Amino acid sequence: MDSNLKRSIIIDNYQNPVNRKREDNNDKYEKINTRNVSCIDNLDLYINLKDGIISDITFEGEACVISIASTSILINKLIGKSINVALEIIDNYLKMINEEEYDETLISDLVVFDDVSKQPSRIKCATLTANGIKKYLMENK
Amino acid sequence: MNREDFDILKTNIIYFDNGATSFKPNIVKEKIMEYYSLYTANAHRGDYKNSMIVDQKYEETRRKVKEFINAREDSEIVFTSGTTEGLNMIVFGYFKNVLKKGDEVLLTESEHASNILPWFVLAKELGIVIRYIPLNENNEVTIEAVKNSITPKTKVISLAHITNVVGDLRPIKEIAEIAHDNGILVVLDAAQSIAHKKIDVRDLDVDFMAFSGHKMYGPTGIGVLYAKFSLLDKLKPLYYGGGMNAIFTKDGYIELREIPTRLEAGTTNIEGIIGLGACIDYLNMIGMDNISKYEHELREYLIDKLKKLDFIEIYNENNKGAIVAFNIKGVFAQDTAVYLDKYNICIRAGNHCAKILNNVFNVNNTCRISLSFYNTKEEVDLLINVLKNSRNIYNEIL
Ligand SMILES: Cc1ncc(COP(=O)(O)O)c(C=O)c1O
Repeated sequence: MDSNLKRSIIIDNYQNPVNRKREDNNDKYEKINTRNVSCIDNLDLYINLKDGIISDITFEGEACVISIASTSILINKLIGKSINVALEIIDNYLKMINEEEYDETLISDLVVFDDVSKQPSRIKCATLTANGIKKYLMENK
Repeated sequence: MNREDFDILKTNIIYFDNGATSFKPNIVKEKIMEYYSLYTANAHRGDYKNSMIVDQKYEETRRKVKEFINAREDSEIVFTSGTTEGLNMIVFGYFKNVLKKGDEVLLTESEHASNILPWFVLAKELGIVIRYIPLNENNEVTIEAVKNSITPKTKVISLAHITNVVGDLRPIKEIAEIAHDNGILVVLDAAQSIAHKKIDVRDLDVDFMAFSGHKMYGPTGIGVLYAKFSLLDKLKPLYYGGGMNAIFTKDGYIELREIPTRLEAGTTNIEGIIGLGACIDYLNMIGMDNISKYEHELREYLIDKLKKLDFIEIYNENNKGAIVAFNIKGVFAQDTAVYLDKYNICIRAGNHCAKILNNVFNVNNTCRISLSFYNTKEEVDLLINVLKNSRNIYNEIL
């Protein structure tokens, strides 16, 4: 993908993220916080898992452009997927960030972050939400 | 000033993160290298020349530290690995043995983790109570607030001299006076002040103090614990082993050496101690008052320039330390830091290890500039220029 296009997708997702709202009083959602892995980004993720399918994910919090945009794009991709498919998407995304072989067709839009590995300090930002959701899905498999 | 003393400044870096750690002048590196290339030996051990040189430098540094902070005795100076270790020794070596359930410790919410977590752990162990002196609207500690926070159960007040988030300078001398009138001991975390201000422990009349070498142009892994002799003499060692014992027998009898030796178990950080001695000589050569004056002027200059940028929010305009906290409005602090790094400008983004200070400036994360005497107005001008061009920040950092 052309780098200008990548950039504009990231900025667009940062400025108009998908599902940026709290679901604190909705017992269908389980809340997980990402702060334990990062000193500074602090996102709450709200996951609604029903019969092995991710029926919704929302988020809120304070974080950098990469964290917010990757959260927005990722949750948009994961909503409606089964746990196993979701894990496959996340694993391929993490492989891309770690510069390993990955299946591009599985992660589509998430390829906008394929340059992140060049900025080591940003890897944590790009993987914060992915790792948080992955851990939750593994525990609830 | 004195930029030529720092080789690293030739790399064209603009380093505004001196609160995290400072650069080291060439003389400090040279003195450390001399120890390795000319007279390596352990301290307090051998009867040969090099060992005696080491002993001499070791105790010479202790004397330099003593004079630098105006302590009464050389024996009031203990070498540690840094502020964190010093504070832990104070809490677990001294206060653990004298505090009782229900006794109160006064802290503030803007203390560094190293001046909070040891107290938390001690509170769990002993049932002591931690209370926070309320901060005023500028996040400062006032004498009034200290007075109002003291109760008959207050036994210790433990504060940073200058905080690492806000950069406010606490009125320690006045606080110590009130504390002592009430039979309360005072612990000073001097990590952020030692490189920026002349510190006189007798004038401030603090009972304990800790600081790190690496924030005062010295090496990492070395620091100092100061305590008044009678208190230090009651501080129990946390480590036992070589160097600190006088006699021990096979049935378990141990007699320890005098202070400060018994608090420096094992082979200490000799290169660090030698480097610390060199950096104190260096700071004395420049003069702490000159440093304070220069940094103050530079901060005023920076504040003045930042204030002219309407897209910048400054959070601690009126504080006195060398720290400026700000954000580009609407931009997450880390994004600003990544952007400035593109131009070789190092600043710190985050909550600066003061995690309980939520919403200190009504934001959770800020950009922090912490100045040193080797920073210049030209560097500030460059920073301002880069900030002025930040309109397309996301295009640059993505
Ligand atoms: C106010 C304050 N206290 C304590 C520390 C801990 O110092 P060190 O990490 O050198 O032990 C720091 C370091 O950032 C600090 O700023």
